[in-house]
Amino acid sequence: MLIIENLKVEVEKREILHGINLRIAKGETHVIFGKNGSGKSTLLMTIMGFSKYKVTSGKIFYKGKDITNLPMYERAKLGLGMAFQRPPSIKGLKTIDMLRLIKRVDEKTEELAKRVDFEKFLYRDLNFGFSGGELKRSELLQLMAQNPDFIMLDEPESGVDVENIKILGKVVRHLLDKNVRIKEGRKKSGLIITHTGYILDYVDADRGHVILDGYLMCSGNPREMFREIQEAGYEKCVSCMLAG
Amino acid sequence: MNDINNIFDDKDKEILESTGIDIKRETRSGTFIQSNHSVVSCNIRQDGIEILPTKEALKKYSWLKDLMFKSFNNNVDDFLKNAEKKVSNGYFIYAKKGAKTKYPVQACLYISNDNVEQYVHNFIVAEEGADLHIISGCATSHKVSSALHVGISEFFVGKNAKISFTMIHKWGENVTVTPKSAALVEDNGVFISNYISFEKVKYLKMYPTVYLNGKGSIGRFNSIVFAPEGSHLDLGSRCVLNGVGSKAEIVSRTVSAGGEIIARGHLVGAAKDIKAHLECNGLLLKEKGLIHAIPELEAHLSDVDMSHEAAVGKIAEEEIEYLMSRGLTEEEATSAIVRGFLNVKIEGLPERLEKQIETSLNELSDKFF
Repeated sequence: MLIIENLKVEVEKREILHGINLRIAKGETHVIFGKNGSGKSTLLMTIMGFSKYKVTSGKIFYKGKDITNLPMYERAKLGLGMAFQRPPSIKGLKTIDMLRLIKRVDEKTEELAKRVDFEKFLYRDLNFGFSGGELKRSELLQLMAQNPDFIMLDEPESGVDVENIKILGKVVRHLLDKNVRIKEGRKKSGLIITHTGYILDYVDADRGHVILDGYLMCSGNPREMFREIQEAGYEKCVSCMLAG
Repeated sequence: MNDINNIFDDKDKEILESTGIDIKRETRSGTFIQSNHSVVSCNIRQDGIEILPTKEALKKYSWLKDLMFKSFNNNVDDFLKNAEKKVSNGYFIYAKKGAKTKYPVQACLYISNDNVEQYVHNFIVAEEGADLHIISGCATSHKVSSALHVGISEFFVGKNAKISFTMIHKWGENVTVTPKSAALVEDNGVFISNYISFEKVKYLKMYPTVYLNGKGSIGRFNSIVFAPEGSHLDLGSRCVLNGVGSKAEIVSRTVSAGGEIIARGHLVGAAKDIKAHLECNGLLLKEKGLIHAIPELEAHLSDVDMSHEAAVGKIAEEEIEYLMSRGLTEEEATSAIVRGFLNVKIEGLPERLEKQIETSLNELSDKFF
């Protein structure tokens, strides 16, 4: 579904990504590990199409189409969607109004909100004064309404308490079609950035990658990789994987 | 008095309705409509509330002429003196002791011919314990391209009484509007004034002043303005806190889509224990256009709590891109953000008035984005 070829990305004249190659097939969910500042968020923001992130070389293909220079709202219309780590708040725009603007599913807005225990927030200004966990639920609720085919999550569990991670995990599974047992039956793909690895308890990721200093250093089984990282740190994990 | 249906054609009726006037008069406690210099409709459906053309009211109530210009604290300048000479009529809305409007009272000043100069002097009086909600729709016929409206409005809020006055203005493209208004509020009285303008206005200058003379009296001004190219609006509000423990709040949200806006706000703290806040926010959507925010805080004693916040700028790129990442085009994103910005929550308004403002906002979105 998504093919990234030799992608180099500059932000404010500094090259952050130095030639990333990545392939995510339909139905697959990939996970990205890496230290802060390694370029993980940059990759997601570039795929989504934010103006600050300039592709200086390489290409991005989505469902066979070259989207490298496509405007952001067109990428969203084609089926790309993203949950942000720190979304902005928009005073005066109520959550329910936002959901109505983006909704592409038949399910009623109130029903969607119930699934993330968010009915009380429907009439609040979007993201205004929300706690960390509430912001994550707001993001996922919007994604449920938008129903993208390729979903990117930037640290979906950070700042969320144990109780809420369960709810979040359930929703992410649903968004990614992970409840469909047979892999071939899944129509959605995902790319998730995680630090804590908790999301792996709820979502069976198909592949993991480590990004270090703007390079995609290695790929492999996500649970094994995460165990290595926990035991030996990012650099050790990389050299280990390279050796092994 | 002629029937409304005979005076206004369909297009004009549409314009009237968009200013909040209920042509069928079903959801209004009373109606006053003056077209050019003649009163075309004046009736009331509720006990305790009275509506009369000003000329008639002056004859009926001898105390009314003593109130003339009293709300201006006797600051009667030449402009007012000259304007008064040209006054043709206006409306007198009177809520007697304890009377509370079930539905808003509607007052409409309408200009139906080109080059008309309409001067009116309006009086709104709420006696002790009364509750008066007024929706004032001022507009010009679609046939008019150029005219002048000067309205002198005086509000008297008695003890424990409340007056809310909401104006939705739809002036023609080349109409000059210079209203002068003032309010006097007694002990524990509340005065709320809301001004909404989303259309092109050639020239508007207004600076209503409320004198919170009573103990614990409250004044609130809300201005929600969208100025398309070719508009020039100089608007402000002033609250003079003379009563101990009085409170005032001024909220101004302006958007320039090429038009020029001067947004003034003046708070004068002249008594102990007062609390006053002024918020002035402006958004500039285009390279062309101007927003000049002029907040003023004037404290005459130390025992006052006065604050202001003012911010003018363009829409945050981050907010637009966030909405675009959900599939909205840049225009749809701008429209959603501007709507949210102008959607000021106005406390103390009856639901019908809230709905009316929302309807106007929807129309604005449809028209400009």
